[in-house]
Amino acid sequence: MARAVTTRHKTIATAAAWIVALLIFFPILYTIITSFKSEQEAIQGFSLFPSGTLESYAEVQSQYNYFRPFLNSVILSVGSTVLALVVAIPAAWAMAFSPTRRTKDILMWMLSTKMMPAVAVLFPIYLIFRDFGLLDSRIGMTIMLMLINLPIVVWMLYTYFREIPGEILEAARMDGASLWNEIVYVLTPMAIPGIASTLLLNIILAWNEAFWTIRLTTTNAAPLTAFISSFSSPQGLFWAKLSAASTLAIAPILIMGWFSQKQLVRGLTFGAVK
Amino acid sequence: MTIRTLILGATASLLAFAAHAETITIATVNNGDMIRMQKLTDDFTQKNPDIQLNWVTLEENVLRERVTTDIATKGGQYDVMTIGTYEVPIWAKQNWLLPLENLGADYDADDIIPAIRNGLSADGKLYAAPFYGESSFVMYRKDLMEKAGLQMPDAPTWDFIRQAADKMTDRAAGVNGVCLRGKAGWGENMAFLTAMSNSFGARWFDEEWKPQFDQPEWKNTLQFYVDLMKADGPDGASSNGFNENLALFQQGKCGMWIDATVAASFVTGADSTVADKVGFALAPDTGLGKRGNWLWAWSLAIPAGTQKAAAAEKFVSWATSKDYLKLVADKEGWANVPPGTRTSLYENPEYQKAAPFAKMTLDSINAADPTHPTVKPVPYTGVQFVAIPEFQGLGTTVGQLFSAALAGQMSVDEALKQAQDAATATMQEGGYIQ
Repeated sequence: MARAVTTRHKTIATAAAWIVALLIFFPILYTIITSFKSEQEAIQGFSLFPSGTLESYAEVQSQYNYFRPFLNSVILSVGSTVLALVVAIPAAWAMAFSPTRRTKDILMWMLSTKMMPAVAVLFPIYLIFRDFGLLDSRIGMTIMLMLINLPIVVWMLYTYFREIPGEILEAARMDGASLWNEIVYVLTPMAIPGIASTLLLNIILAWNEAFWTIRLTTTNAAPLTAFISSFSSPQGLFWAKLSAASTLAIAPILIMGWFSQKQLVRGLTFGAVK
Repeated sequence: MTIRTLILGATASLLAFAAHAETITIATVNNGDMIRMQKLTDDFTQKNPDIQLNWVTLEENVLRERVTTDIATKGGQYDVMTIGTYEVPIWAKQNWLLPLENLGADYDADDIIPAIRNGLSADGKLYAAPFYGESSFVMYRKDLMEKAGLQMPDAPTWDFIRQAADKMTDRAAGVNGVCLRGKAGWGENMAFLTAMSNSFGARWFDEEWKPQFDQPEWKNTLQFYVDLMKADGPDGASSNGFNENLALFQQGKCGMWIDATVAASFVTGADSTVADKVGFALAPDTGLGKRGNWLWAWSLAIPAGTQKAAAAEKFVSWATSKDYLKLVADKEGWANVPPGTRTSLYENPEYQKAAPFAKMTLDSINAADPTHPTVKPVPYTGVQFVAIPEFQGLGTTVGQLFSAALAGQMSVDEALKQAQDAATATMQEGGYIQ
């Protein structure tokens, strides 16, 4: 009896998981399907069966060079993530192992910056970028993406570090480890799953960031988000071309996510069950 | 001459070229004519080897937001901007644009269609050069009109449009008598409805900037529009903009479509299933002296913050010249030439032959007067918009209300009352009225 209930529960849970996964993945799937339709097919209504034409890809390729925005996306997402980790690991270490009365408040304050609509600070940021000559520069965008994702990185690392027993670090200290050695040789290896998932998630967030990357770049530092947005047309059909551009833009990050999903899930559920 | 000398010479030449070459950045929208221009820029760079071009193509609203941000902060990211007839008078007044005074001896600015030229000028100076211009007119199915036993006049009235729409509607066959914009936005449904309201004698503001949505002319406009669309429009019309209606018309699902004149080449093009059955007529009126057609020109302007004004003006001159029209005609045929900017194009027999809608397009453009857009006097310019900075936000708010009325989410009276309240609040905040 118990086994029957367990099997039934398992089946229901599996079916529910598949349904949820399909619902979440469906917009991406439909974008990919639409990219293989003609413009007329794309706007005719819902259909899961495209004619299989590659004309949209040919058109996208003939209009713009994909490689430059792709390279910019790689540089900006990886660069901002590495920079964020360099800043966030010591910050999260301090908050996790040497908390003060204000640590929780600081963490909340950091998170609250994510609650503010980005457009509210568009003009000040734009003026700062203009005055420092950072408009349309990879350095400027790397710093910008690092800053906007920093609260999430610090929060994630803080959560992972809190799972590591402080006694281990104390033991390292008693053995004469310096602060540097303690973070690099003791803490970091133990938090590798957490750091890896933070790194992957941050790369995904930076790759998909569209508000600032579209507004602060023109050509030199413009990533794939700018590439996609250039295919929206006020007068003329563009759904199929836009879908082809989107598919090309998300393909690298989808492939990366697929291969690293084990690490990502392990990191995201790290410490979730005790 | 040694190899070393040769290398040194080549390097020096390259350095000299690099030091001299200027790169100008051009912000533009994605449409067929603009993309075609990007593909033809070799002609410009061959004639001007010291100028390189960088293109930034953006979605229309993002482009508007970005160039506004850049120009207001003097960010200097762009040397040439694609803007419309709405922005030009406002930005020229703010000294955000450079007047175009060095377009070249053979540019022939007098050849620009007068209505378009007026819309892009301030204090007698041209502040943007038109790349393509458009008005709006009626595109209709000649076969369905004939089947309905009617003949479309060159200059129809709104009553005729309603009569024809009623007769052409055939729900069983999937044919809607008329397709009109319903999607909310100052450049979407409000472009159409503002132009339509002009023909009903309505206006946004009186001479003292008092909003006029509480006047009977607006009630007549909106009630007519909603009733017409409910009786003869497509399902989900409140979500339809230019592209959605274009697809419906191309698929043979609209008896009539009143929209931008640039659509003529799409509905008669290879993608259209009704290409050989389309006729054209002027936008409708009610006999009050104004027609329901608009005037728009995507134009190239030079922001005041650019450091490369001379190179930018050379490019603007090239892209909007008569020679450019000929270049497109030579490479891609006369039917693909950007329309609505130069009088000489419409006098060209080859263009007239390639574009059967040419005369009606020119007549439509000439029928729009941005300086006197309404039956009653107004303190603003602009046919389908009001050329004040507040209009983008206000126009979209009112557009959402009218779209809701079309969708049946509120009554016409309620939509007009809320529009009046919103417009009054905006004008008070802007200091136009107390």
